[in-house]
Amino acid sequence: MKIGIPKALYYYYFFDKWQYFFEQLNITLVTIDTNKEILERGSVYASSEMCLSLKIFLGHVDYLKDKCDYILIPKIDNFGLNDQMCSNFSCLYDLVNNLFDVKILTYEINHLKKKYEKRGLINIGKQLGFDRKSLLKAYNIACLKYKKKKKELSIINLNKLNSDKKKILIVAHDYNINDSFIGKEIIKNIEKYDLEIIYSHLFNEDYLSYYLSKNLYWKYSKKNVGAIVLCKEKIDGIIFISTFPCGLDSLVNELMMRKIELPYLNLIIDDQDALAGIETRIESFVDIIEQN
Amino acid sequence: MANYYIPAHYLLEKIFDFEIINVPLITSKTIELGNKHSPEFVCTPFKYTLGTMIEALDMGANVLIQFGGGCRYGYYSELQEQILKDLGYKFELLNLITAGKANVKQIYKTIKRINKKINIIKCLYYLFITVKMVKYMDKIDDYIRQNIGFEVEKNSFNKLLEKMLEQFKTVNNPIKLYILYKKYLKKFKKLKINKPKNCLKVGVIGELYTLMEPFSNYYLEKELASFNIEIKRFTNVNYLLFKHKATINKALKKSKKYMKYKMCADASSNVYWAKYLGTNKYDGIIHIKSSFCTPEIGVMPILDKVAKDYNIPIIYFSFDANTSEVGIKTRLEAFYDMIEMRRK
Repeated sequence: MKIGIPKALYYYYFFDKWQYFFEQLNITLVTIDTNKEILERGSVYASSEMCLSLKIFLGHVDYLKDKCDYILIPKIDNFGLNDQMCSNFSCLYDLVNNLFDVKILTYEINHLKKKYEKRGLINIGKQLGFDRKSLLKAYNIACLKYKKKKKELSIINLNKLNSDKKKILIVAHDYNINDSFIGKEIIKNIEKYDLEIIYSHLFNEDYLSYYLSKNLYWKYSKKNVGAIVLCKEKIDGIIFISTFPCGLDSLVNELMMRKIELPYLNLIIDDQDALAGIETRIESFVDIIEQN
Repeated sequence: MANYYIPAHYLLEKIFDFEIINVPLITSKTIELGNKHSPEFVCTPFKYTLGTMIEALDMGANVLIQFGGGCRYGYYSELQEQILKDLGYKFELLNLITAGKANVKQIYKTIKRINKKINIIKCLYYLFITVKMVKYMDKIDDYIRQNIGFEVEKNSFNKLLEKMLEQFKTVNNPIKLYILYKKYLKKFKKLKINKPKNCLKVGVIGELYTLMEPFSNYYLEKELASFNIEIKRFTNVNYLLFKHKATINKALKKSKKYMKYKMCADASSNVYWAKYLGTNKYDGIIHIKSSFCTPEIGVMPILDKVAKDYNIPIIYFSFDANTSEVGIKTRLEAFYDMIEMRRK
């Protein structure tokens, strides 16, 4: 059996866990890296004002629809009152269900209504014909492995803070920075220079966000802001990367830019690919940092 | 927002003994001010409210109240506070709702901080009257919206409405308010209208701020009325305060075909309303939103499908600070011509 997972939005938060989980059940997961064709496919279905990440998501669904038996699309609403998600995440299932003719596996994460990931995944397993015991075991192993990997990554990231080189923090959502069409190209450009790059999405210091923004209630923006609070004194500059028109970043990044007293660069990516412009902007930003 | 400044003014005046400043209605200058200081792709209500705040501060206000709510609304206040502080104003900003939930304890605390001698029972009493006032206003508004396109004497509805609101300001107890409401409802019903039996009917749905603030949708409803169309609008303050949750639950039950999960803000209600308009044989749907409103953008493909299934035309308007009024007028005229032709 094959389950397709669109490599966009929620993929980057849950894929490791899903991989370990479905590995135990001998199910193969189908994914593909984002490329230009995917974006073009997505733009056909998307309305013009959708954010670039959502367009890419729709492109992935369109690519996957005849290459697998099911597509996995969870509805992620919140992880508690103060850990909510972007509103795009809560309409994904219905959007795909209305636009495409595909079989969808789904579960809901809504901690306010006591709907948790564990029960959701186990229900999906039951739907596919597995028994509860093996599913529970698979889930527990997946969780353990996932936690370990997450910890390792954050420790590597933390150690970078002690380096002697000039350090910059990259603030972006997981699904933008890891996307091969959006983030990876930019990172390649930055890696040319002799800098230590620290990523905000690898930290897990949500609670620290309180020191910069009291009312913030989006889980993954909290993570970014928390990372800024944590690294503020040790870094030399910040690069914000967001897609056009990201709802959360339009407010949160603006507030951060007004509050931090560090040199920063704000990169907004849209579906017109003009990387040359971004290259020169990064170059001049690096010059500023090196002169400081 | 539209005429709702009257109950808000009424409530604050009765609770606090401060001077309350009525900011002039939104003009293009307000939008320019807001647009200048806002981030690039934030949704339009942010720009409008920021512009209004700057105008209020220029007039000498030092306490501002922001309502907040779900989706992005709840986070407005923090950024607006920072922007205004960077501009050099000194003030206090109260945010009543964050993360989509009202924090009653916090509201109580802030009220106490502003005015120590406050009497809570008196507060609740006036809150009750205000809520009732909003409810009656919404009911009258519904009637007006259905009939204003067919008035015989020009401006008769608006004149009567102004008179009613003037009277509402002086009310001191709920019974008197009810009597006033009944009296004016009768008067409204007596106003002469020239309404054919099978007139064109159009439903207006969409994002709440743009729907309720007439300036931000360039008086779209007025424009529609001038075509002799009966207008149905679901969103009003009464709905937002009391019926929001119930409507969403109903929506999820009644339109299972189109959605399984609750969507953010008014998105799921909009799907249900579109379906309602389709089943009740309305002539068209007009969907209004401010540009970059994420919940509504996510739901637009679903609305398309509903409209296709029920064979009802739908048109989308996205309002920004830079939208041209003429463009909207032309599109609206074309839409009107289209639904009229379909009738024949």
